[in-house]
Amino acid sequence: MPRMADVASINQTGSGIRLPNFCNLGVMLRSLLIANLFVVAAALARAATLDAAWLEFLLLAAFCEPMLILSLGLLCAARRPLHRMGYVPALAAIGVLEVALAWVAVQAGAGLVPGGSPPFAQVALLTLLVTAAVLFYFDLRSRALSPAVAEARIQALQARIRPHFLYNSINAVISLIRSDPRGAERALEDLSDLFRVLMADNRTLTPVAQEIELTRQYLAIESIRLGERLRVAWRTDGVPADAMVPPMVLQPLVENAVYHGIEPSPGGGEIAIEITRAGPQLHMTLTNPMPAENRHAPGNRMAIANIRERLQLHFDAEATMKSEVRDGIYTVTIRMPYLTGAAA
Amino acid sequence: MSLATPEVPRILIADDEAPARARLRDLLDECRDTFPLAIVDEARTGKEVLAVLEREKVDVVLLDIRMPEMDGMEAARHMAGMEQPPAIIFTTAFDSYAIKAFEVNAIDYLLKPIRRERLLAALGKARSGPGVSRQALDAAANQPRRHLSIHERGRIHLVPVGEILYLRAELKYVTVKTAQREYLVEESLQHLEDEFDPAFVRIHRNCLVAREAISGFERNSEESESGWAVVIRATGEKLPVSRRQHAVVKQFK
Repeated sequence: MPRMADVASINQTGSGIRLPNFCNLGVMLRSLLIANLFVVAAALARAATLDAAWLEFLLLAAFCEPMLILSLGLLCAARRPLHRMGYVPALAAIGVLEVALAWVAVQAGAGLVPGGSPPFAQVALLTLLVTAAVLFYFDLRSRALSPAVAEARIQALQARIRPHFLYNSINAVISLIRSDPRGAERALEDLSDLFRVLMADNRTLTPVAQEIELTRQYLAIESIRLGERLRVAWRTDGVPADAMVPPMVLQPLVENAVYHGIEPSPGGGEIAIEITRAGPQLHMTLTNPMPAENRHAPGNRMAIANIRERLQLHFDAEATMKSEVRDGIYTVTIRMPYLTGAAA
Repeated sequence: MSLATPEVPRILIADDEAPARARLRDLLDECRDTFPLAIVDEARTGKEVLAVLEREKVDVVLLDIRMPEMDGMEAARHMAGMEQPPAIIFTTAFDSYAIKAFEVNAIDYLLKPIRRERLLAALGKARSGPGVSRQALDAAANQPRRHLSIHERGRIHLVPVGEILYLRAELKYVTVKTAQREYLVEESLQHLEDEFDPAFVRIHRNCLVAREAISGFERNSEESESGWAVVIRATGEKLPVSRRQHAVVKQFK
């Protein structure tokens, strides 16, 4: 079930979708409404006449309502641990909680409800039924809404250029203005193209050629600053011209490579970028040297996680992204479905 | 414009990016009219900065924070141990951590691209005011140093932290032991322990040992209170483990 895996991984990143937020007023009201529909149904089934059903409903409600409100209060209080434990264990925990509440209600109700409480087994089963119905409803609802959530997340995940890069580039361009006005012009043109893409609506796929061009422009700016320290080997002969990729999938990786692999080394190094088609898949591989005393690991993981999540939102489980360090060389590999302009 | 006389501040430009250095040179040239100065040299790494300082008299270092090999922060900390350290003006394009740390510790810095007026103001301040204190630099740094520096007759000797076998406190000084030789540094063992945790482990009130340097433990009831001694791989030395630090023996076993 690739879809399930996808949703679960989004859950892990902190936006629990499948388990509702029990502290939300809307969730509380919806839960009460569903539970009370059951109470109405039960009252109608038990009573002989419609008038009697009204009284029956009041009686049952007096029995059920405190329990409902108490259980919503408890779920609200326990929402953080519940979200943390994952969906299935959380379901089990909620089930146990509700049955325990049912037991309390039966004990307390013995003295309050005329004619005594119904048997515990019956109440427990009914409770579980209502709980299941409410949770099922919220699960369905979150699934129905999740495409919107995904789209919002893609937008929120838009790759961001490091401020470090922006200010250093501006500084480099300023230094060029007197000595090499034409070079300064070109650098500003590249910079503005880069920011145009960054600020664009990046929810749809773009041609791979465009992503490559953007990355080249980015590297042109960086080579002003870094000079001969930055060496790049492109291997893109095997790229199908019509392949579509998520925008800003390559450039942030190259930016990472520059930041972590080239800048910390006085002699610089080589970044190799290879893009090929392998049957129904498009493979992107990027390598860069990893200086032994690298100190900027955290930023690296953030950019990687960002791209990984965008790949997942675009392609579900059909795209993978791996990174490894071996013998001082850092390698990132992305595999994604080969989609053409027509299909996308 | 005056010629470079001894009274004119002598400035060192430190940045790993050629355009950034060129830009600073342009700016400094423009400042000369109102603020006579001399540009001593340029450096591309923190190590190069220290090398220039051994060779030349420098009054002000325009020091980029992010440089390869040794960053500006570490170079500044080594400079602070000099007899007459130069004034430091940090420069950075964007480093949210460093900027915050500088604000907290009242260390001056310039943001790139640097304006001429700001540079002039900073140079004026550097000439008159007291330099940045060692304490402020230590507090602002978020990374342990990669070297310890030993200052001998104007020379700055750097000992890579990775080569240190152990550190032993002796009265005012700390002995730094490497496989080749010993050095004395004027630092507190407690500070060194805090800075280089977890690479070093305390085995005694007066001794920190590099985890990497430990080859094993030996029963040694005569010299040590705990009955154990740490064996140093490179030299075969045996260092007593105190009773209070006995737990480290278990950590490694």
